[in-house]
Amino acid sequence: MRRVYMDHTAGMPVDERVLEVMMPYFTQNYGNPSSIHSFGNEARRAIDESRSKVAELIGAEKKEEIVFTSGGTESNNLTIKGVAYRNKDKGNHIITSSIEHMSVINTCKHLSKQGFEVTYLPVDKHGTVDIEALKKEITEKTVLVSIMYANGEIGTIEPIKEIGEIAHSKGAFFHVDAVAAAGQIPINVQDENIDLLSLSSNDMYGPRGVGALYIKAGTRVLPIIQGGGQERGLRSGTENLPGIVGMGKATEIAKTEMKPAAERLSKLRDRFIKGILDSIPESYLNGHPTKRLPNNVNIRFSYIEGESLILSLDMEGVACSSGSACTSKTLEPSHALLAIGLAHEEAHGSLLFTLGKQNTEEDVKYVLGLLPKIVKRLRAISPLTPKELVT
Amino acid sequence: MYTEKVMEHFRNPRNMGEIPDADGIGTVGNPVCGDLMTIYIKVKDNKIADIKFKTFGCGAAIATSSMITELAKGKTLEEAMKITRGNVADSLGGLPTIKMHCSNLAADGLHAAIEDYLKKKEAEK
Repeated sequence: MRRVYMDHTAGMPVDERVLEVMMPYFTQNYGNPSSIHSFGNEARRAIDESRSKVAELIGAEKKEEIVFTSGGTESNNLTIKGVAYRNKDKGNHIITSSIEHMSVINTCKHLSKQGFEVTYLPVDKHGTVDIEALKKEITEKTVLVSIMYANGEIGTIEPIKEIGEIAHSKGAFFHVDAVAAAGQIPINVQDENIDLLSLSSNDMYGPRGVGALYIKAGTRVLPIIQGGGQERGLRSGTENLPGIVGMGKATEIAKTEMKPAAERLSKLRDRFIKGILDSIPESYLNGHPTKRLPNNVNIRFSYIEGESLILSLDMEGVACSSGSACTSKTLEPSHALLAIGLAHEEAHGSLLFTLGKQNTEEDVKYVLGLLPKIVKRLRAISPLTPKELVT
Repeated sequence: MYTEKVMEHFRNPRNMGEIPDADGIGTVGNPVCGDLMTIYIKVKDNKIADIKFKTFGCGAAIATSSMITELAKGKTLEEAMKITRGNVADSLGGLPTIKMHCSNLAADGLHAAIEDYLKKKEAEK
């Protein structure tokens, strides 16, 4: 059976070239970068090289502004807790949006139990953050504005530069969760008024368990992990050497190959979206029609539920995700889908396809050949389907 | 995640559809929660002569609906009322813990259909 993987937001394969450069750092170059002997020096040099590559991808001024972490979740935790705790003298107010990743939302919820005030900005029906609401909510007490570069689930790209300007106008730091966007679309922290930026290695075909946080020089952050003082004291714990080397290579590849990859995927994405909307009645695109990640296809189908769609596609070898409650650990539908104004039952019927490097035109054709039949079968089983759609 | 038996019922649901002249109809669940199920029964000589279902929901919701129709068909109303959510899950070789409450509604649907039938019969008297 043909197997088609279209769930790249959930996990990506590691690029072969990345794996190749990582391998020696498991068995041959295993020194601890904190050691002063030659083994340690080799490890330290490798990490610094990766730091430079990550800095280059996002247009950071200095490589020292990059701190390696265990991934996007840790980078988001370090930012939000670290900035909130360190800047209490200025204020206790944090602004974020209602469609952020759970590692941002749940960290903010954690802080609100400790006396911090959190404002969750609304988004419009396309998932674009409400700039007017930001202008209204921001005060001199706001220490941090945290908005994602792009939403990995509905694909919408946010007006980052403008948000950064507003944050800075009140002296707040601006954090951007770029996990879903980095490696897919160009980012420049200096041009876009970004003070902190979260990255994840696996979302750029690097290994799992490693990520980074860009912290602009002069940004006040308190570490959340105490220990031996690695990463300039901001992230203690012996460095994940092979992982960091892998992330460096992944960012280097992303920098050179991003543009042609994005052009190819955007075309594939648009054909995929049009193919679904044209062939299946009562199917609708979730997220922004144009300001959209090149790999993101999120479609809502009326009258049916997402998990049964996933199972049906899985039986045909196709892997994808859904915003349905039935596929989540909490049994709550996706908060991003609810935030763009979908009713619960509408959010349940959403399917998310995230394309990757290895997906081809044939893959898209294969899925387009299957989907109408699957939707029709499930609609025939559903008591909600109007009679005229069943025949 | 699901047992082979659950997947088999999801792939080939038994007794899917509606009974236009049903003697009892039971609807349980709520599309807001992601599961909605309607069970139709035909009763003859105090036995469930025919039973069909329609379900909006996840794989477990569809499989439990299909399974309840197999368990209930031919049973007396008293026997059918005794079929529990646990019986349905066991007959499917088990369900993931998280699905035991939200999607395992089929027994409730069957009981609601029988109660609907009994109520209608009472009203005819």
